[in-house]
Order: sequence, then C-alpha cells, then structure tokens
Amino acid sequence: MSDVLIVLIPGGETPSRSELAALGFGLKAAGLVGGACDALLLGPNASSAAAGVAEHGARTVLVGDHADLAKPTGEAHAAAIGAVAKSGGYRLVAGPATTAMRDCLPRVAARLKAPMASDVLALGECDGSKIGITKPSFSGNLLADVDLVGPAAVATCRASSFDPPAATGAAAPIKAAELPATLAHARKKFVEMNRTPLERPELTEADTVVSGGRGTRGAEGFKLLEELADVLGAAVGASRAVVDAGWMPNDFQVGQTGKVIAPKLYIGCGLSGAIQHLAGMRNSKTIVAINKDANAPIFEVADYGLVADLFEAVPALTAAVKKHRG
Amino acid sequence: MKIIATIKRTPQRDTRMKLTPEGGLVTDQLQYEVNPFDELAVEEGLRLREKHGGEVIAVTVGPAGLSEQLQTALAMGADRALRVDTDQPLDPLQTATALAAAVRKESPDLVLMGKLAIDAENGQVPLMLAELLDWPHASFASKIEVDPAAKIARVTCEVDGGLETVEVGLPAVITTDLRLNEPRYASLPGILKAKKKPSDVMPLAEVADLPEQGLKVAAYHTLPPRQAGEIVESVEELAARLIAKNLV
Ligand SMILES: Cc1cc2nc3c(=O)[nH]c(=O)nc-3n(C[C@H](O)[C@H](O)[C@H](O)COP(=O)(O)OP(=O)(O)OC[C@H]3O[C@@H](n4cnc5c(N)ncnc54)[C@H](O)[C@@H]3O)c2cc1C
Repeated sequence: MSDVLIVLIPGGETPSRSELAALGFGLKAAGLVGGACDALLLGPNASSAAAGVAEHGARTVLVGDHADLAKPTGEAHAAAIGAVAKSGGYRLVAGPATTAMRDCLPRVAARLKAPMASDVLALGECDGSKIGITKPSFSGNLLADVDLVGPAAVATCRASSFDPPAATGAAAPIKAAELPATLAHARKKFVEMNRTPLERPELTEADTVVSGGRGTRGAEGFKLLEELADVLGAAVGASRAVVDAGWMPNDFQVGQTGKVIAPKLYIGCGLSGAIQHLAGMRNSKTIVAINKDANAPIFEVADYGLVADLFEAVPALTAAVKKHRG
Repeated sequence: MKIIATIKRTPQRDTRMKLTPEGGLVTDQLQYEVNPFDELAVEEGLRLREKHGGEVIAVTVGPAGLSEQLQTALAMGADRALRVDTDQPLDPLQTATALAAAVRKESPDLVLMGKLAIDAENGQVPLMLAELLDWPHASFASKIEVDPAAKIARVTCEVDGGLETVEVGLPAVITTDLRLNEPRYASLPGILKAKKKPSDVMPLAEVADLPEQGLKVAAYHTLPPRQAGEIVESVEELAARLIAKNLV
C-alpha cells in the first residue's frame, strides 16, 4: 500500500500542461511514500491521451473508457475511480483541482473512508501513517500544513504549483482499467454542456493573462482588454463583479472560487484586488496593476503599478507592445 | 417539499487572520457569520419553499455558539433548526457522517449546501454526505428548478469550460455557487420571530459509525510576502519595464 494513483479526465487527445503537472505531483508523492505512480485516464479522450502520458514516468497507464463516461457525471467518475482505487490498494488517489475532479473525488474519499486534501500546493513529510501537505485556507490568506492520517488518502492538487515531468524516453505499458458494468447513478442524468466559445488561450494554460474588473464598465471596456490580449497572445480573465454583472462568462472568473492561475505575466485592469481575487492570481510571476485609485489593494501585490484610467492606459499599452513587436 | 440547508460559521468574509507564534489561529477577537455559500443555500431553500410549499430546516454540526448562525437562518425565514452538538473539531468525513445522521432522521427531499466553506476551503462535505447516503448530487449550482411531483431537480452547474445542466432525482444534495441568488437580509420582525422557532439538538453520541479523525491541521503560515513593487509613472515606462524583462 504505497502506490499513488493519479486520475485524469483528459480534455484533449494529447495531455495538457496542467494534466501533466498533476502527474508530476503524483510522481513526487510516490517518491515520498516509497511507491510507484500509476495514471488512470477516464473518458472519451482517455485512449488517445494515454500515449502522451505514458512517456512521462508513470509505472502503468490505465485507460477507463466506458459508455457511462461518454456523458459523464461526478457519480460515474466516482464509481470508476473507486473501483480502480480499491482493487489497486493505493496509498494516495489524486487528480488536478478541476471542477470535474472536485465533483467526484470527495465521493471517492467517502467510499474509501479516507481523509482528503483539497487544492494541494506542496507535499511535506510523509511516512507509513500520514501524508503531509500544504494547502490554502481562509480565502487563500493563510497556508495550512495538513496531515492526512490513515492507510489511504485522497487529494486534488493545484496544477500550477507542480512541474510537468520531463519525458523519460521509455513508455509505460497502457492497460484497460477494470470497471464495474454500470457506473451511472440510477437517479442522475447528464443533460447538456454549454461550452463557452474560446477565442483565446485557456486561462489555466496561458503564459499571459489580461484580466478586468468592474472598472471596465462593461463589455465595451472589455474590448480594450481583449485587444491587448490579442497582441500578447494572452488569455482573458475577470473579477467576480464582472461575471456577476454578466459582462463575461462564469468560467473567466479568477479567484478563490474561480480559476486559480499562475501565469508568467498577469495584467489586472480596473479591479480592486479583493482577497478573494488575489487568492486566484497572487502566484503569477509578474503582476501588473492598472487602476485609477492609488489606494487599491491590488497595488500591494503588483510588481508594476500604474495609477491611471484604463480607458487611456490600456489602448496606449496595446500600441506600445505592437510598436515593439514591429 | 422538505428542504435542509446546512450551515457552517466562518470568520467574517474579509477578515485577515492572525496567527500565534506556534502557527495556531488567534480566535478571541473573531467575528463570525454564516459561510457565504451556505447563505445562498438558505436563500434558495426559502425560494423553493415559497414556490412549492413545505419547510426549510437549518442544520449544523458544532458547539452551542453556532446557535447564533442558526438564528440568522431562522431570521431569514427558515422554519426550524437542528444542531448536532459537539465541542470537538471534526474533519470533513466526520462532519459528513454527523450530517448524514441528521439527514436520515429528517428524511428531506433536498439538501442544499454551500459548495465551499471559506475558512477550511475543502469543499468536500457535500459530496461525502451524498456518497454516505447513496444520493445523487449536483455541484456549483447557478440555477435550480424543481419539479416536486416528478421528484426531479434540473440544475445548471458552473464548471470549467462553461455551464453544464444535469438532472437529479430527489432526494439529492445540491451545492450552491455565487450566482445562484442574492441572499435576503434578516428583517427585524424576522429576528424577533426567530427566537420562538423550534431549535433541536442532537448529541454527537447518536451518530453511529463516526470515523476516526483523518485530517489534522498541524499549523498555519502566512503567505510568503511578495517583493515590494514599483509604481511606474507612465504607460511608456510600464512598456519599457515589460520589454526589458522580455515579458511582452
Ligand atoms: C464568498 C466570496 C467569494 C468570492 N470569490 C471571488 C472570486 O473568486 N474572484 C473575485 O474576483 N472576487 C470574488 N469575490 C468578490 C470580491 O470580494 C470582490 O467583490 C470582487 O473581486 C470585486 O471585483 P472588482 O475588483 O472588479 O470590483 P470593485 O471592487 O468594484 O473594483 C473596481 C476597481 O476599478 C477601479 N476603476 C474604476 N474605474 C476605473 C478606470 N476607468 N480605470 C482604472 N481603474 C478603474 C476602481 O478604482 C476599483 O479599484 C468573492 C466574494 C465572496 C464573498
């Protein structure tokens, strides 16, 4: 009982940076507890993504493709993961802190009667009886050192806190996971998914993010931010106030209860920097703040602060970057 | 419809927590409130009751001090309260086990819960509860439509990549997200009425099969401070800095 199972629900045919980062977390944990790390890939992209995962250091890649995972629910994911976890007797079962994993892993923990850590930022001391982790708490205001005590544990990890493992040059064997005949819950049905059309890079994968707050005053103001994002090849993000107002879709929200990101460059325009927003972006490598209020809390975390009206500053910055790039 | 809305008390939302030198929380000056996501759960319960009839029961697990937050729920309009009484700190699986006992006792049609408590930031208890009861669940709800006759709830969920719609057969556990509703304030008559509403206590000893505590917080730390930044005077200066650092 010292092996680690990393669960991925691949979003595409090749694993993304954050999916591989979760595998990186698993390999690190396996090293600390003295076992090997297997990967369990679930869903329609599992087979195609398996080869990309197999090159990165897992012992075995298990592919769980099943009719009930074509339009999956958290209950179906939990049933699949629970079955593999039980038969493999894993010490730790974990996945990235995506909404899909947050929607199933606590059920797995309850099935296994195991403690769970959410949104792990770092691994600490581990031994036969406990797994030590560090996670955010109090709106990302504090870090908590937490011990998961017992023979098995469950976790979600914050992918931006871990590095994707390098390709090893060898490929792990790929096997079909043994799943129960029925995964679906008798009283739960997937109805539909309305995807936000994505014209720019995905927030959690982008090196640069241009983010806007209520100071943009609406969709028109956001256009200026999108123009800057387009010259930078950046993703666009938003504060909760913007999403509540309906100016941007919900999954553009950055913060404690939105996306947690750590790009190389974060440019926050017309947002105050409430603690719940900072919780989602304060690990960005370089933070730029453009706000007309010199006392806005966002300046406390900004590497470069510009006290200015965004309606003038953002187009000027777009022009300056364009000129620099020729 | 019989609806349970669960409540945790959390420090007021914008509190900057202070620590002891040993990494413990300084709690003596703290002001508590109903966890913001649980407030959404209470509000949604009230709206469903207004539409479909029935009752809303506010349920919590913890010490007597929590009566204050239950009073808030009652003042908002919940019909009665139930507290599983314990002074010991419980981990998420223990809390879910205690809640499961309360839910079995009441057998409601629906349990509404905040998707996250803003103190521990675990987001585990609702799904653990659903699993212990073998009920379906829906997470991160921004819209809930219930058909009580058909015993079905259709739920819009805020997920990565967009909005997902699912259907759950009742009874079910549903967790609330920010855009579900705007919680009402407790009115003065509401506060006066709340004092007369029934509030039951269930001893933790009545909870069968309470697991051992598996999650233990060893210590808290403050975040590593970010290096003091620089205020630039103009867009040109900002662009020059970013160009020099090869960031644009
Ligand atoms: C439980 C809970 C969870 C939450 N989760 C999140 C979360 O995940 N993410 C999140 O972002 N928030 C979250 N919040 C909300 C958060 O507390 C703030 O209310 C929110 O972040 C504020 O958004 P804002 O900065 O856009 O708006 P405001 O606070 O209104 O700030 C607008 C800023 O724009 C500036 N401004 C105005 N006009 C201009 C202009 N022309 N040029 C330049 N600057 C201008 C103003 O000076 C001001 O600083 C949460 C709150 C709670 C209670």
